[in-house]
Amino acid sequence: MSFSDVTLYLLNGFGLTCLLFVLTLLLSLPLGLLICFGSMSKFKPLKIIVDVFVWIIRGVPLMLQIFVIYYVPGFMGFQIFSQVDLYFTLNFGVNDIGRFLAVLIAFAINYACYFSVIYRGGIQSISQGQYEAGQVLGMSKSTIFRKIVLLQVIKRIVPPMSNEIITLVKDTSLARVVMVVELICAAEKLMAKAIIWPLFYAGAFYLIFVGVLTIAFNFLEKKLSYFKV
Amino acid sequence: MAYLEVRNIRKSFNKTEVLKGIDFDLDQGQVLSIIGSSGSGKTTLLRCLNYLETADEGTISLNGDVIFDALTIKNESYNDIRTKRLNWGMVFQQFNLFPQYTALQNVMLAPNENIPEVLKYKKKELLEKYKDKSFFERKKLISQELSFIKRKLTEDIKQNAIDILNRVGLSDKMNNYPCELSGGQQQRVAIARALALKPRILCFDEPTSALDPELTGEVLKVIKELKYSTDCTMIIVTHEMDFAKNVSDKIIFMANGIVEEMGTPSEIFDNPKSEKTISFLSKSREDIFDDISVNGDKNE
Repeated sequence: MSFSDVTLYLLNGFGLTCLLFVLTLLLSLPLGLLICFGSMSKFKPLKIIVDVFVWIIRGVPLMLQIFVIYYVPGFMGFQIFSQVDLYFTLNFGVNDIGRFLAVLIAFAINYACYFSVIYRGGIQSISQGQYEAGQVLGMSKSTIFRKIVLLQVIKRIVPPMSNEIITLVKDTSLARVVMVVELICAAEKLMAKAIIWPLFYAGAFYLIFVGVLTIAFNFLEKKLSYFKV
Repeated sequence: MAYLEVRNIRKSFNKTEVLKGIDFDLDQGQVLSIIGSSGSGKTTLLRCLNYLETADEGTISLNGDVIFDALTIKNESYNDIRTKRLNWGMVFQQFNLFPQYTALQNVMLAPNENIPEVLKYKKKELLEKYKDKSFFERKKLISQELSFIKRKLTEDIKQNAIDILNRVGLSDKMNNYPCELSGGQQQRVAIARALALKPRILCFDEPTSALDPELTGEVLKVIKELKYSTDCTMIIVTHEMDFAKNVSDKIIFMANGIVEEMGTPSEIFDNPKSEKTISFLSKSREDIFDDISVNGDKNE
């Protein structure tokens, strides 16, 4: 196989990696906020349920969670993911949508839990004085959150979030455990043809991706450096 | 009947009784200073007045209206209390400016947030005014008038904020962020921010305690000027004895959660009756001996 053939083949896998990355973020960023509010709830039972859930998700390997989400419904007699697979293959001619969906759900839930803890840390780090200042100025709770607390929280959580998001880039390679052909999986398939270098070449894709993200986060940090919290 | 009447305010934190029944009156336009050693409950009292803490017992009435009653406060929602809060202004020891906004934006934020409520109220009035018109004509007229009112309000708020910042001597710092201002300047922004909502009573919680000695003067000067330039009623918790003596119409000396002694500055400072007052004042005189800015006039 020539270099350009390999590049094209890997780019296919990389496309799926990017898609998984973007969709996971789109789902887990808001879901994390919901979980965060749940874990800060004054209603004790909700807080306990959410805390236990976060403990389980953070305590079990993501790979195992992918297996559970992909296979367990099948054991219980609901072949949802293979049916989705079949449906898209028959109607649209695209393969493996079902397994991609399972992986996406696992990633979204897993990352939402990690994000929720970062959000909570950010929210709790804002001094009580900021809330009180808003209160004595007659602001509603939602105004205080939107207009005063939110931007300060964002500024605080950019560094830990960038860490987690960079980890997500590389975690997407776990999708291959249920044969979603993302970047690493594509490289592995080439290895089966007895060429090893595409695997290292795949590493370069990740490096560039993470490099771009790093620059973006540095830019964001700089944008928010006009005030101190 | 006095303007502000505070009756039997009690507050405990986990069985520690911090306020053991506070009573006092205050007339409109008067300045009250609350002095006393740390832990005597001064700050807690101020926080109870501002609804930052909920007193366990007692009532507060302003201008004849009961604005706080410990018996019924539990039934009131956050929003009920929110409107009552606007009677009060509060300046904190730690300034608590909003770091992501400039000085001017800090002052304008709360008034701007109130615009939608004003518009909602105006809209009701306009609906009444134009109820004879046809649906579309009415809609057009109302949206025209509302956008005019909105523009006017926004302009007024900005002009008012600029005026107030001028008054506290910060005309050249309006577009600076809090992190670019000195402590004294930050506290003056905080005072301006409280004034922008035109509170009936302005409270200061140790406004100079977090400041370097050379910066306290500029803040005390602003407070003193407020007394003469507006008819704002003020309650000041302070450790600056000479300032309290100088600016107040009335002094409360608190000790162990009660009002130990209350009176005019000359009664309290020159002629204290209670043992505790006498010993507190003699101690604080020793502390204040080196303070260069007690009169607030020497810095600017």
